[in-house]
Amino acid sequence: MPTSTSENATDEIQSAFNRHIEDLDTAPAWWKDSKAKAFETFASLEMPKRKDEAWRFATIKGLSLDSYAFAALPAISDAAKIVERSSFLEKCAGRFVFGDNETLQADRISPELAAKGVIWAPLREAIAKHSEILKDYFMKQEADLGSAKFAALHHAFLENGALLYVPKGVEIEDPFVVYNWSINAGVALFPHTLIVAEEFSKVKVVEANLSATEENAAYSCGVNHIFAGVGSSVDYTHLQNFNERTLGFQINSNIAGQDSNVKTISVNVGCQRYRSETHGQIKGSGSKVEMLSLAVADYEQEIDQRTLQTHSAPHAVSDLLFKNVLIDNAKTIFSGLIKVDPGAQQTDAYQTNRNLLLSNTAEANSLPGLEIDANDVKCSHGATTAQIEPEEVFYMKARGIPESGAQELIVYGFFEEVLERIDSEPLAENARRIIQEKFRKRLR
Amino acid sequence: MPTETPTFDIDRDKGNFRYDESHKYDAGVGLNEGVIDYICDAKGEDDWIREWRKKALKVFESKPMPTHWASKDLENIIFEKIRYYLAGDTRSKKSWDDVPDEVKQTFERLGIPENERKFLAGVEAQFDSEAAYSNIKDSVGKQGVIFMGSTEGLMKHPEIFRKWFGKVIPTGDNKFSALNSATFSGGSFIYVPPGVKVSHPLQAYFRINAENFGQFERTLIIADEGSEVTYMEGCTAPKFDTATLHSAVVELVALPGAKIEYITVQNWSSNVFNLVTKRAIAHENATVKWIDCNIGSRLTMKYPGVVLKGRKARGEVLSIALANDGQHQDTGAKMIHAADETTSNIISKSISIGKGRSTYRGQVHMPKNLKGCKNNTECDALLINDNSRTDTYPAITVRGDENSVQHEASVSKVSAEQIFYMQQRGLSEGEAMSLSVNGFVNDLTRQFPMEYSVELKRLIELEMEGSVG
Repeated sequence: MPTSTSENATDEIQSAFNRHIEDLDTAPAWWKDSKAKAFETFASLEMPKRKDEAWRFATIKGLSLDSYAFAALPAISDAAKIVERSSFLEKCAGRFVFGDNETLQADRISPELAAKGVIWAPLREAIAKHSEILKDYFMKQEADLGSAKFAALHHAFLENGALLYVPKGVEIEDPFVVYNWSINAGVALFPHTLIVAEEFSKVKVVEANLSATEENAAYSCGVNHIFAGVGSSVDYTHLQNFNERTLGFQINSNIAGQDSNVKTISVNVGCQRYRSETHGQIKGSGSKVEMLSLAVADYEQEIDQRTLQTHSAPHAVSDLLFKNVLIDNAKTIFSGLIKVDPGAQQTDAYQTNRNLLLSNTAEANSLPGLEIDANDVKCSHGATTAQIEPEEVFYMKARGIPESGAQELIVYGFFEEVLERIDSEPLAENARRIIQEKFRKRLR
Repeated sequence: MPTETPTFDIDRDKGNFRYDESHKYDAGVGLNEGVIDYICDAKGEDDWIREWRKKALKVFESKPMPTHWASKDLENIIFEKIRYYLAGDTRSKKSWDDVPDEVKQTFERLGIPENERKFLAGVEAQFDSEAAYSNIKDSVGKQGVIFMGSTEGLMKHPEIFRKWFGKVIPTGDNKFSALNSATFSGGSFIYVPPGVKVSHPLQAYFRINAENFGQFERTLIIADEGSEVTYMEGCTAPKFDTATLHSAVVELVALPGAKIEYITVQNWSSNVFNLVTKRAIAHENATVKWIDCNIGSRLTMKYPGVVLKGRKARGEVLSIALANDGQHQDTGAKMIHAADETTSNIISKSISIGKGRSTYRGQVHMPKNLKGCKNNTECDALLINDNSRTDTYPAITVRGDENSVQHEASVSKVSAEQIFYMQQRGLSEGEAMSLSVNGFVNDLTRQFPMEYSVELKRLIELEMEGSVG
């Protein structure tokens, strides 16, 4: 197999995959076939190279998968405790708690919602029960921002995940919540959340990726796909707070149908190295897609975010805002592209990246791009990188706030622009708490 | 020495007229060591230059095309079919009357003076231009300014030029800088002594054409401490040039406190690949300003850069690109901050008409251990037709202390209200459109020397014709 990992490691992944397929003996044949195909794709694609434009500025070494256990899951000893910790939102329409790809807790939907035809199922269950939906929607959005290999790996090894299907006209106020816990050391996680919102439906989903311990290193490669039908509204928030020994990938993509509203917000705090790819595909006219993110990177952390806003339909709006705070020797990469196809007239597309440097050795890379093929459009992008103005700190010190506190306050203020766009107050509060904890950890 | 007198066709963009040419020196088609030897012999160059060229040829051959990020159109360059050296033009003289009316009309509308028109039409090639060139040379020569051709500069003043030659842009910088290093001929070598402020702009216009077929010109400008110089190239460069590949290397060195302004108005015919590497080094308190206008060519790839090497150095790029049907203007700027308190400013405006495509590609780099650096980048793109295209690909890396970078880009179309307003007052749609486009670039063209801004305005008007309705 032509991969750039060593011969042995490839063999190891191959035998891990064989084991994985054997374990799936009761799964339908189409499911196994699609996985076998995905594994072939994974094996045939090369590892990212330094000269790949999609990996520009990213550290290429250290992406090897050698030290992770694929499909071999150690037992989880304290499932109850993990479930107990999965509770930052009290009111939810449904909740799944996954730990190392296992379902630890599945809070089902109310009978009323079930009667309306809403489907909320762990993927393991859905493979048998809802194969029609999965055949149409599962892994049906390309990973076209550089991580096709890792998306194929995800598809091949994926064990579990969440399926949410909302039928036509059903509006659900309370959010659906998915917790993906990394528990044991060396485990490879493949969180998957698939959201299908039919015409004029309305739904909110929160996904939290967390580590049970601070020590156990893990590998996570998650995928989130959103299909927003005509006139639907999907609000998706992703909190990534893995421990600092995790190598994380998150490959997200959404398709916005006519007159739909899609909002995705991600809060990125954890991981030693984290790469996220977000593709907003505007396929229907009159739709609105918002893509928001904030990230705090410290010590040797590297947070690499790639985005694409593709406007294939006219009269649509997309708005992207990615804000990063960098401390110590941290490195961030923001690479974004707005692509307006021919004929996508009256497009309004915005892309903003703001980087705040709190140290002299942090490195912020910004690649804000535009590719415009239609003339009647309003598109703009902006990228700024700067440190905190000494005047701002002075102002606060003059009012009795110590320097470190002043810096922290400015950071919170900097993030508020994103946080205040989270609709649910408890969720926004939780995001604030995660960020504050990161700062508090630094004082320890 | 093999001397052949080939006959070949000249593909004219407009007017489409052909005539025979003969050259005293012709290195033939294709590129190999023999061609390099031929060039060196023809120019009577020193051995070290020969060696240098041959090394560059190896680098050129070993480097892949940069198509992993650049336009695939580059693959249409057939290196084996290009003539790398033609000189000693004995082109038959033609009279003004032989020039087709269409071409004359174009000049008329451009407002180019009679003498210049003749030159542009290829009617009076070198003689007038040599004379004009010599005039400038004499007047600045009194101030101690050295202004000569590339080979002449290397041979006569090696102590000045060798030190910086190929240092700002090393041979291996990219495939095309290597190609230029192997085959360069023509271009200007300029040295401005300390404290000398050259009163009028030096023009490359004449140099390039005196060489004729200077597809690989090489320019090196050294402004010594506290001196000032403005250099212009292109101007109304032969719109109907025949070259298929133009690959220049331009190196600027601004020593402490010096100021260099480099102005280009590129208007090659639409069958030219224009792949140019331009870079400057700015020492302490020095300022380098690139003014770069790209109107012509099939594909232009040009990203003037400034390496800000000394404290408080300043770099600036003002860029205007206009891409019409069949054209791709891939232009931009690079600012490499390498000292404290350096500042840079990039303003780019592009206009895409018809199926034209304009691309901004930029790089701003601030490494660690630097203090108080600032960059400002603004890219505005205007799209005229439904199928026009524009891209923006900046790359920004920031580290260090109290550094700040801001980048902004916008894409828009001509406002319908504006056009309507002007039409109400009796302007045709086309006139209104070109007025509006000129307004779009106006804040940049105002900073140009007068004759350039007037010419650019006319060029834009010309290009805008037939783009509406």
